[in-house]
Amino acid sequence: MNPSMAITEAPGLFTANGLTGLIFLVMMAVTLIGGLIACTAERLVRSVAGLIVCFIGVAALYYFLNSPFVALMQILIYVGAVCITIAFAIMLAAPEENKKNGPAGPLSGPLAFITAGIVTIGLIVMAMRAKFTSLPKVNGGSVKEIGIQFLTSYSMVFELISIVLLIAIIGALVIARAGRSK
Amino acid sequence: MSFLTLYNNLNTFLYLAAILFGMGVYGIVTHRTLIGMLISSELILAAASINFMAFNRFTAPDPTVGQVFTLFIMAIAAAEAAIGLSIIIAVYRNYKSVDTEDLVELNG
Repeated sequence: MNPSMAITEAPGLFTANGLTGLIFLVMMAVTLIGGLIACTAERLVRSVAGLIVCFIGVAALYYFLNSPFVALMQILIYVGAVCITIAFAIMLAAPEENKKNGPAGPLSGPLAFITAGIVTIGLIVMAMRAKFTSLPKVNGGSVKEIGIQFLTSYSMVFELISIVLLIAIIGALVIARAGRSK
Repeated sequence: MSFLTLYNNLNTFLYLAAILFGMGVYGIVTHRTLIGMLISSELILAAASINFMAFNRFTAPDPTVGQVFTLFIMAIAAAEAAIGLSIIIAVYRNYKSVDTEDLVELNG
């Protein structure tokens, strides 16, 4: 049995633990439905909408994993920045007439399904068989401790990631400007 | 083992991440436009982040490490989206299309 926190008996539905579990099931369904829309929708705008739904579900899952800060960052960065940028790119670069977003050929749909199924089942079987041991926690993982880690143990990575972001922004501007006529 | 205690189990998160990863792979293979493939790759990154956070919650001794990693993944994903979308816009300007079947200039 892999690590799980101690709730011994099954909670009733209308207790605090039961309602928490119900909300978790709903959020898991939201994540999966959003992902399904994102990867199967015919039109790109619907794909982005599904991606937003999926990311909101993932943010809720982060709440259940004791990380409210990362959950808020997920909504702020992914939903607020990445998805909106993708929506702008769709408006700029994807004319909605002559658009078919479905499978590229008669066989590509089933073959892609088989490939993704093999990958998924392989990962699930691997997770089922593996044994993970839980180690005692050395701190609580609060926002304050994240900040201390960022500026002590991971300060080099922190600086590097800001340089990467700066170069990415400049590079994006240069690439998008090249070849513009006016 | 009740359905209502699933959120206290590491395997739930691992299975969910595996399914999201599979959806991302399916989307990358079937989507015909570059933007669709970018959207699916975001799904794969989300699956990786969920795995980091799940192990961070249930097994890691220091619960800040996984959160720090996930924040770095977010920053990398933002940079990747910015670069990818600018490349897509440049491709659209040159080819008037972002369909992968039209971008066959290197096709020998």
